[in-house]
Amino acid sequence: MRLAVTTSTHDSGLLEILVPIFEERANARVDVIAAGTGKSLLLGERGEVDAILCHSRDAEEKFIKSGHGIRREDVMFNTFEILGPPDDPAKIKGLQPHQAFARLSTQQATFVSRGDESGTHIREKEIWGLLDSKTKTDHILKTGQGMGPTLTITDQKQAYTICDRATFLYMQDHITLIPLVPQALILKNSYGVIVVNPNKNNLVNSDIANQWVDFLISSEIQQKIQEYQINGESLFFPLHDASGSSYSVQ
Amino acid sequence: MQYLWDGIQQAFLQILSGDHEVMQATLRTIWISGTAVLAASVFGIPIGMCLARTRFPLRHTLLQAFRIGMALPTVFIGIICFAMFSRQAPLGPLNILYTPWAIMVGEFLLALPIIVSLTQGAIQSLDRRISETAKILGAGRLLRWRTFLSEARIGISLAILTAFSRCVTELGIAMMVGGNIKDRTRTLSTATAMETGKGEFSDGLAMGVILLGIAMIVTLTIGRLIRDDE
Repeated sequence: MRLAVTTSTHDSGLLEILVPIFEERANARVDVIAAGTGKSLLLGERGEVDAILCHSRDAEEKFIKSGHGIRREDVMFNTFEILGPPDDPAKIKGLQPHQAFARLSTQQATFVSRGDESGTHIREKEIWGLLDSKTKTDHILKTGQGMGPTLTITDQKQAYTICDRATFLYMQDHITLIPLVPQALILKNSYGVIVVNPNKNNLVNSDIANQWVDFLISSEIQQKIQEYQINGESLFFPLHDASGSSYSVQ
Repeated sequence: MQYLWDGIQQAFLQILSGDHEVMQATLRTIWISGTAVLAASVFGIPIGMCLARTRFPLRHTLLQAFRIGMALPTVFIGIICFAMFSRQAPLGPLNILYTPWAIMVGEFLLALPIIVSLTQGAIQSLDRRISETAKILGAGRLLRWRTFLSEARIGISLAILTAFSRCVTELGIAMMVGGNIKDRTRTLSTATAMETGKGEFSDGLAMGVILLGIAMIVTLTIGRLIRDDE
């Protein structure tokens, strides 16, 4: 099976635990390709992959509605963090996400954006979208790169950025940036898994993709997801309870 | 600066301890690039010789095309290969996208113009008298061509070496059509890019040091084979 996943789940090491278990049980080989949400969905649309694990709900639902996917399930969630230098020159500490973004704009504090249509970039744009359309955006640097390189650039520039919590936790030892904005609804980050429509071409295998989805939302694996920790902190939290039904995501 | 030292230390540690992932990536890289360059040599050296020693229509155009081909960006070759091997493409049913074979094809396309152009240059620049002397001594066409090969061996091995160095270090093709899949298509260069992306600079550097080590061994071996120092 060919599986496209977001870089955050790939780099965090979670899949290196889950994939071998699945490979053994399903007696199949899984090729994991790490790409941002935008590119992952595009690979699905072209039928290059059999399943997708990504984190942009609206884009995922649009994908299903357009008939590119035949099944979508919630898998797990964590949060986004708005990061900045510890001395916080723009003084955004403790503000609401959109207030913090507005302040970064008025202060002309450098904000480093992925700019790559990844799930994180899509969420960032949603927050900018909450602001007055006249908000200046010339303080935004777009890297066009993955979360890791973007964090390194932000750190070197002592600027601000938005990052999923999993990537932040495993990059923490390499950077000085800290989370500055308390949790809010708009910072919730949920991951979904999609079975690609097998009508794309005769190489798309939706049977194995369905098995993979069942595997991910089984209570045993949901438990394993929660138990996966870095520095004593869970990176992802399950979205399915023991009975297999979905928790509602607000 | 600390990264540099850490990286070099890490490289030796990983080599000495036989780190499974690094060893696999190293062997895979050599296997993929080696096969691609071998295939490119099998086709490229004869083409280069023909371009140097025979005259036919469009010869000059072909020669220029190969020379321009030496400047092909690897990402560009990557996109072409992706377009050829994607599941919906004509060659899609082969199902080789995201396998080492796809990287090999890409690296073959990368290596071929280099080997053709440099071989042609090496043979073209041989002293004309070599050909004439061989002819006078009664050498047939085949023997004359073997003489060219042997006289131009330094130039030709340099062509192979140049092609190998480009393939072994290239990133664009391996990333696009290989996909950096663990245990399957992860090469030293894609692993370096990935580790650097994750902020693991010393791991990235360690792989860079290993790549340099490969280049060193290959260069020394080829130097030995052609005995260019004698």
